[in-house]
Amino acid sequence: MNVIQIENLWKEYRLGVISHGTLSRDLQSWWARLRGKEDPNSKLQPMLAGQEKQIEGDHFWALRDINLEVKEGEMLGIIGRNGAGKSTLLKLLSRITAPTKGQIKVKGRIASLLEVGTGFHPELTGRENIFMNGAILGMSKKEIKSKLDEIVDFSGIEQFIDTPVKRYSSGMYVRLAFAVAAHLEPEILVIDEVLAVGDADFQKKCIGKMGEVTQEGRTVLFVSHSMSMISTLCEKGVLLIDGKVAKYGQISDVVLAYYESISDTKRTSVQAEFFSDGSCRFVSAAIASKNKIDTREVDLGSEIKIIMIYDLLKETENLYIPNYHIFTAEGQYVCCVNSPRVKPMKLGRYRAQCVIPPFLLNEGAYTVGVAVTSLDLYCSDLRGQQTVHFYEKDILSFNVVDSKIPDDWNYGVIMTVPGVVRPRLSWTIEKTA
Amino acid sequence: MQQAAGTDTAQWDFIIKPKTGWFDIDLKELWRYRDLITMFVMRDFVTVYKQTILGPLWYIIQPLFTTVVFTIIFGKVAKISTDSLPPFLFYLSGNVIWGYFASTLSSTSNTFNNNAYIFGKVYFPRLTVPLATVLVNFLQFFIQLFLFLGFYLYFHLHGAPVQPTRWLLLLPLLMVQMALLSLGLGVLFSSMTTKYKDLRFAMSFLVQLWMYATPVVYPLSQIPDWLLPWYALNPMAAIVESFRFMFFGVSSVQWSQIGISWLVTVLLLFAGVMLFSRIEKTFMDTV
Repeated sequence: MNVIQIENLWKEYRLGVISHGTLSRDLQSWWARLRGKEDPNSKLQPMLAGQEKQIEGDHFWALRDINLEVKEGEMLGIIGRNGAGKSTLLKLLSRITAPTKGQIKVKGRIASLLEVGTGFHPELTGRENIFMNGAILGMSKKEIKSKLDEIVDFSGIEQFIDTPVKRYSSGMYVRLAFAVAAHLEPEILVIDEVLAVGDADFQKKCIGKMGEVTQEGRTVLFVSHSMSMISTLCEKGVLLIDGKVAKYGQISDVVLAYYESISDTKRTSVQAEFFSDGSCRFVSAAIASKNKIDTREVDLGSEIKIIMIYDLLKETENLYIPNYHIFTAEGQYVCCVNSPRVKPMKLGRYRAQCVIPPFLLNEGAYTVGVAVTSLDLYCSDLRGQQTVHFYEKDILSFNVVDSKIPDDWNYGVIMTVPGVVRPRLSWTIEKTA
Repeated sequence: MQQAAGTDTAQWDFIIKPKTGWFDIDLKELWRYRDLITMFVMRDFVTVYKQTILGPLWYIIQPLFTTVVFTIIFGKVAKISTDSLPPFLFYLSGNVIWGYFASTLSSTSNTFNNNAYIFGKVYFPRLTVPLATVLVNFLQFFIQLFLFLGFYLYFHLHGAPVQPTRWLLLLPLLMVQMALLSLGLGVLFSSMTTKYKDLRFAMSFLVQLWMYATPVVYPLSQIPDWLLPWYALNPMAAIVESFRFMFFGVSSVQWSQIGISWLVTVLLLFAGVMLFSRIEKTFMDTV
């Protein structure tokens, strides 16, 4: 049985400064409508027919014709890059904002863990806040009363329950807030890991709670950037790209589709003849690891080589400097690396290789952009005159995986470690007393 | 397939749709959230004067000082007529009624801006917030009403010409009108401030000016005849004057003016709730 049914869902946002000049524009629209003419400020109607472009004028379509069904007791993973529409979808589901077109049919109560502590008032006591927060989340007074002891127990702060929460430590605050949310017992739980950043302890609790609700057979919608976590927790998944459902089905297929989408080229090596500004030409690029070229999956413990081949077409006094730009799949800039000082080079074909040492990048998907820049050292500007000859963003992609070989560092326990980097630093542990 | 979709509509608890009609308020849902309204009332009541030294005494100090100032400036200096009523009682009665209206209006008109942080996280019927404000401000009103009754009794016992009329029994009805009016206007302004932010600054200014367009510091009998039909469009005029009539039996307020006042109140309430119901669904996109 379906508990959520999303039908032809569209969501539009207006870009730019919304309040600017709207009064006069509103009057203009209103006057036009009054005379039965077409609203001069409306671009909406013709667009809905066959919307191909996501942005048109100052309209932005965050969701475009989403159709989705979620069955009772299903764990659905929602994945996609930043800006793909995941959070918008969750906002519509939790009724914070309304869709522009289409509808969502829901059976049961939806609650999300981002509501934790909503409506807490610092001047109210813990007990009063339990009632306040519970009422905001849609519980009746009776319902809260019957669960009050349980909630207080769970929070573990019985002795402070009649103290205003402004005197609480932040830990106590979160514990109390979470206790209320955990006892809400919604039929559908929405978890946006992206928004629950910061407090690791809290995240752990959220995940723990998720395991619990799964066993109870409740429906969970889970948004995360951690593919390993999504793969283990969810059986079904949906991939959003630019506000559209790009893939729906078994989670493994969807995760694969996600990796493929990260690099538009779907390749680990690229060859081209046309990226050039006349003085320097991009030829090809590739990822290599363990002497295997064009690999997608790279083990955590092996070197990753980024190789680029390019031609110098014009000889100058300037230095041509190859540089690579590494991003996470979510678009976070990991680093920009360039080669050390190079001698002025003769015309011809060059091969630049950069090695990322083992145990530097954490598990996850990465994209690489490659570029060649030149520096005019004779330029009067101290910072040097910089010219970018080509910059191919996201041209390569690779996926760092933990081959899960037990060793001294992971204690034989295979776990997900947060962070972009996962270096094995040098440690000393001495007995001092 | 079509048929199946048609028959199972009852199985859904709710359907999330784009804003549709003009009057899209789910009263049943609002009733389900009545506990939330009482929680908001409780919260506002407990928190407003917490950590102030005088606490709820402020409710008394405010109208008392304003009345003293009015008595001196408008009564003694400007010598404006008070329909031969004791000036102090006259101004106090105006202040009690106006005080409720002004404070309710200014707090409800900030509903969206003040609660954006909650509205952005969780759904509940947004109308619960202004409704709670309207209710919690009755507390202030009752405290000030008792203050007024105290002075009223004092003047009465000392032989001042103040006699309650049997119309006093209709005071609850007047309070309902007062509440509906400030709710309607409050939600109307709060909906408009989400788009036109300037209104927020205009509000306090507007409320101040409005007081002078209402018989608070002067009686209705001072308004020239040619202006009266226009003057009656201010719904607060009839409310303030009816209040005085109930307690003093002296007022030039007409039934027709009371009727117009109710009509304007109901119209404003409908317009306000209508606009509110349209804005509340997509308000988070514009803040």
